[in-house]
Amino acid sequence: MTTLLENLAARAADEGLLDVAYARIETPLGEGLVAATKSGLVRVALPNERAEDVLEALSAGISPRVLEWPARLDEARRELDEYFAGRREEFDLRLDWRLSHPGFYRRVLRATARLHFGETATYGDMAARAGSPRAFRAAGSALGSNPIPIVVPCHRVVRSGGDIGNYGGGPEMKRFLLELEGAL
Amino acid sequence: MTSVPHALPPFQAFLDEHASSVLAFLRGMVGPQDAEDCLQDTFLAALRAYPRAEPGNLRAWVLTIARRKAIDHHRSRARRATPVADPAEVARAATEDRSVGMGQRDSAIWAAVAELPPAQRAAVVLRFAIDLRYREVGEAMGCSEDAARRSVHEGLKKLRMSAAELKEAA
Repeated sequence: MTTLLENLAARAADEGLLDVAYARIETPLGEGLVAATKSGLVRVALPNERAEDVLEALSAGISPRVLEWPARLDEARRELDEYFAGRREEFDLRLDWRLSHPGFYRRVLRATARLHFGETATYGDMAARAGSPRAFRAAGSALGSNPIPIVVPCHRVVRSGGDIGNYGGGPEMKRFLLELEGAL
Repeated sequence: MTSVPHALPPFQAFLDEHASSVLAFLRGMVGPQDAEDCLQDTFLAALRAYPRAEPGNLRAWVLTIARRKAIDHHRSRARRATPVADPAEVARAATEDRSVGMGQRDSAIWAAVAELPPAQRAAVVLRFAIDLRYREVGEAMGCSEDAARRSVHEGLKKLRMSAAELKEAA
C-alpha cells in the first residue's frame, strides 16, 4: 500500500492538488520537518516541535490538502543536510513567506535572511534594518515567530550583552548552530 | 497549538486513518486485483473535494466516494464486456487477508457476496468487512438507517440461500 500511496501524492501534485507537501528531516539534534507549497519552502520545524502540531497548523493556516511527498523537498533536504555537515554556508531555495505577518515582522525576517554564515547581529540591529530602530522587543517577537528557521537564520540574532538570547528551536539548538558557524 | 474542534485534519492524517478500511471495503466491492486502483482514485477524488468536507464524519464521507468509484468501476468493466469481480479471487483474498474480517470457513459465503446486487453488496461489506453500525452504513450509502438494515438483511437472506445450495451440492 505504501507505493500505492506515494503514487497518489505524485498524481495529486500533477493535478495541482498538493497544496502543502512535507518531508521529515534529520538534524544533529533529532528529527524535524520541512514543508513547501507550490511557491516554495514555507516551514522548517525543528526537533523541539511536535510534527502533529506542525501539520495541524499548516492544515489550518494554508490548506488541509497536506500530504507527505518528499519529492518536492529534495533540494531543501539536500541543502539542509549539507549545512549540518558543515559543507554549505548559504541556501539557494525559493521561499514562501505567507506564514509570517506582513509588515514589520516580515521586514525583520527578510533582513535576517541577509545575515551571512557566522555573522551575528542584535535585536536592535534587526529592528533598525526593518525601519523601526526602537522596536527591538517587537523584533524579538518577529524572530520568535520565524516559520522558516535555519534557512532564515534567526539564530544569528543575539542579545547585545553577549548572551545568545531566546530561540524557537530551543537554546541547545541555537548554541549548536552558532558553534557550527564558528560564531561562539 | 491547541487543536480547533471540528477542524479538518491534515489530509495525510485522514488518509493514514482510513486507507485500510476503504481498501477492505473496495476488496469486497471490486475484488482484490482492482481494489488498489480504486483506492487511489477514491483518495484522489477525496483530496479534490477535501476542503469542503464536513469534519464530523469523514469515514462515511470517504466510503461514499469509494462506493461511487466501485460503481464506476463496474460500469466501465461492463462496457468492456469483461466479467465482474471473479468470486474465486474474492474468496482467495478473503482467506488470505484477515483485514477483511472473514476467516477461511467463510470464504465460500464471501465469494457469494460478490454475486449480490451492488446496493446489498455494499451494505453487507460495510456492515461485516469493516464493522460499521447500521447508522454508519446508511451514512456511507446515502440512505436511511432502516434502508441500510433492509439491504443488509436482504443480502444476508440471499447469502443463506447460496450457503444452503452449496451444502446441497456438496
